[in-house]
Amino acid sequence: MEHIPLSYTLGLSALLFSIGAAGVIIRRNAIVMFMCVELMLNAVNLAFVALSPTAGVQGQVFVFFVIAVAAAEAAVGLAIIISVFRHSESVDIKNFSLLRW
Amino acid sequence: MLLLQHAAEAAHDAGAAVQHAAAGADAHGAAFHPVLPWLILGLPLLGFVINGLAAIIAARRALPVVPPVGDPHWDHHHDDHAHAPQQVTYAAFAGAGHGHDAAEPSEQEGMDPGTRPNPADHAHDHAHAHDAHGHDAHGHDAHDDHGHAGGPKPWTHVLPSFVAPGVMIGAFVVAVLNFLAMRGAHEFEAIHGWEWFNVDNLRVGFDLLLDPLSMVMTLIITGVGSLIHIFSIGYMKEDPGYPRYMAYLNLFVFFMLILVLGASYPLMFVGWEGVGLCSYLLIGFWFREKANADAGKKAFIVNRVGDFGFLIAMFLLFANLGTLTFTEVMAAAPTQLAYGGAVVTAIALFFFLGATGKSAQIPLYIWLPDAMAGPTPVSALIHAATMVTAGVYLVVRSSVIFTMAPTASLLVALVGALTAFFAATIGLKQWDIKKVLAYSTVSQLGFMFAAVGMGAYVAGVFHLMTHAFFKACLFLGSGAVIHAMHGAFHATHNPADAQDMRNMGGLNKHLPVTFATMGIATLAIAGVPPFAGFFSKDEIIGAAWLGAEGHSAFSRGSLFGIPGTAVMGFVGGALSLAALMTAFYMGRMMIYTFFGRFRGTDVERDHLHEGDWTLTLPLIVLALLSTFGGFLNVEDVPIVNLFNFGQGTALHEWLHPVIAGSEDVIRNQFGEQGEAAHHAWPIILAVVIGLGGLALAWVLTSKRNDRVRTADVEPAYNGGMERTLYNKWYIDEFYDRVVVRPVGWLSRREWGFDRLLDGTVDMFGRTAQALGLWMGRVQTGHVNTYAFVLILGVLVLLGSFMAL
Repeated sequence: MEHIPLSYTLGLSALLFSIGAAGVIIRRNAIVMFMCVELMLNAVNLAFVALSPTAGVQGQVFVFFVIAVAAAEAAVGLAIIISVFRHSESVDIKNFSLLRW
Repeated sequence: MLLLQHAAEAAHDAGAAVQHAAAGADAHGAAFHPVLPWLILGLPLLGFVINGLAAIIAARRALPVVPPVGDPHWDHHHDDHAHAPQQVTYAAFAGAGHGHDAAEPSEQEGMDPGTRPNPADHAHDHAHAHDAHGHDAHGHDAHDDHGHAGGPKPWTHVLPSFVAPGVMIGAFVVAVLNFLAMRGAHEFEAIHGWEWFNVDNLRVGFDLLLDPLSMVMTLIITGVGSLIHIFSIGYMKEDPGYPRYMAYLNLFVFFMLILVLGASYPLMFVGWEGVGLCSYLLIGFWFREKANADAGKKAFIVNRVGDFGFLIAMFLLFANLGTLTFTEVMAAAPTQLAYGGAVVTAIALFFFLGATGKSAQIPLYIWLPDAMAGPTPVSALIHAATMVTAGVYLVVRSSVIFTMAPTASLLVALVGALTAFFAATIGLKQWDIKKVLAYSTVSQLGFMFAAVGMGAYVAGVFHLMTHAFFKACLFLGSGAVIHAMHGAFHATHNPADAQDMRNMGGLNKHLPVTFATMGIATLAIAGVPPFAGFFSKDEIIGAAWLGAEGHSAFSRGSLFGIPGTAVMGFVGGALSLAALMTAFYMGRMMIYTFFGRFRGTDVERDHLHEGDWTLTLPLIVLALLSTFGGFLNVEDVPIVNLFNFGQGTALHEWLHPVIAGSEDVIRNQFGEQGEAAHHAWPIILAVVIGLGGLALAWVLTSKRNDRVRTADVEPAYNGGMERTLYNKWYIDEFYDRVVVRPVGWLSRREWGFDRLLDGTVDMFGRTAQALGLWMGRVQTGHVNTYAFVLILGVLVLLGSFMAL
């Protein structure tokens, strides 16, 4: 079985990360932004996994940490979004600039 | 090791040692163990706290709306309902006063009858108000013959009657116990309280110094103070601000005791400023009338000028001696400063500047006559008996420094003599009974300064003491007169001035106790033997004549090139003339007030009567003190021997430890001083002056007393000189032109410059503010923006790393 070249995997990872980052910057829907954040995290996971054969097993271990943190983050983040939605019937973050000076 | 006596004996002078051995052979070197000294201070402070709380509670509580004193509208409002809305106004006004600001009780007494915002009432009380007089009986209404007494008084107006005099009598008792413990003692150590501040090598403790001088002052303050507190009960108890008044009075005594008991200049300064504050508060006690508030301000501002001098003197002392404690300063000054040098002269002159402010000497005396706007017992306690003598105390306390600065001392004597003379001339033509006494006080303070300036420190303190007796008696007597006059005028709704002597006359039949006691005090101040003033005044003038003959170390200096003997001769002459005028204007005051016929109506005459015992008892005690107080400084008087001063029988023996340092300075400078021969003629002259002045007053004014009409028709003056004297030589107008207006002009000019400076400073603030507002737009509050900036930052960092 032929190995997928490392550059392909890393390229995909970079692409996914860029899409995620662009989504966080551009989109206004909190849910979508949230999913974009997940996309970025998983792009990083992909890079960790891809590099672990050469760099060592630590990369794979770190992926588990990221997944655990992402799960916690998803729980807290979704709770916030639900609470925000209940408050103002909207998840458009342009309505939520309350923490401005 | 803060031993006054130690400082004196460190000079190991045989003469001094012999003197001490002779004076107190049985108790030589005995140390003084004070008895509860902090209680002397603590009791008045406690009184202030209790009365102050009562004042706050009284002001916060909705007091029943009492009828305004002498308001005809109120008297008839039962049958005249047209005035009902006015009543509502009062209630609303009273109610508005206590809703806010509990910390400022003085703002809340909406019920002061004399100051109620009612034009009719105002006109009634003050139709003939002129200048800044107190008209001080208008706070109270003891002779309430209209039957509208307002029921039982609230406890806040009863409690101070017991607390205020109670703490004073307690403090007096403790002071007497200390006095008894002090007899025979020679060593006086500072009583350490706690460390106050300690910066670099400046260490000042909150320490007390109880030595013979502060003992004398403490006895005067607590003793005369107790009597005046008792008098105040009768005089002020009907005033709505009664608890506040008593609180201020107690606070004053507390600060005055700090002033005289403090063991260092900074602590003395605390008392110095504290009594200034209380003076301000009490002069402006009826502050709703602008004239009274202005008088308080004037006193405070004029005193600032003097305080500047006091501060500079302290700075100079510390810069040159490195200490500010009395005992250390007096011990170090003779060795570290040059006799007659510029430094010591400057220190003495700056201290004297401070003294001229507090003790009302030329050029800063102008506030004292205006201070009569306060209640009369305040005039007696603060502006006659105690606070105004603080300057004399300061000079005596710093006697070593003043002795080392003969030029400054001569100036002190000269200024004192000029003040004594000048104020006496003004006193000749005043019609307001309190103004006469005010100028008399300024004049007598001049006598004291002349004494201490000539090195006659004991004579100065002696006159301070006798003056406290007879002037307090005179002021309280004038208070009793005003009280009676006010009651009489109140009965007839007469708007006349209760303090103007033109409205009085013939009061001796109606106020016999007041007449007798004031008569005794008048004899005392005029210098008629054997009353108190004769002894003290004679000592001062005698010292001047001795100095003029060159028998005083202080007359060896010179002032502006004039030899000291000539200066002292001038001082002696000026004081003799001042004494003559004193006897004259006091006699004039007594004649216009008590002799002849009463110039009011018959109804008013029927209402004249003596006050209750709280008014008469202090008068009688003070009259006794005015009679016998002079013997305290006479050797071997049997009665005084009973007191057994320890160091000897007379005041000058008692005070010797305090001025021993000054005597050492003279001895080191000029050698042993022989006892100067006393002549008999100054004493004879003094008696002639005293009796002559009174006789002159009788000859010149008793005729006019029969002709003089009431104040509304009788002119205040006829002709040029009378007019000038009545208007106080136009000094206030002169100061207004020369000082007040230029300063005002300069301030307005300066204000423009100030705006420029302020603008410059403000510009920085405004720039930062504008910048912040503008930059703040970066903070959109949108998560996207922050994420974008974050990523941008990461990219920049990554890019720069890669470029490296």
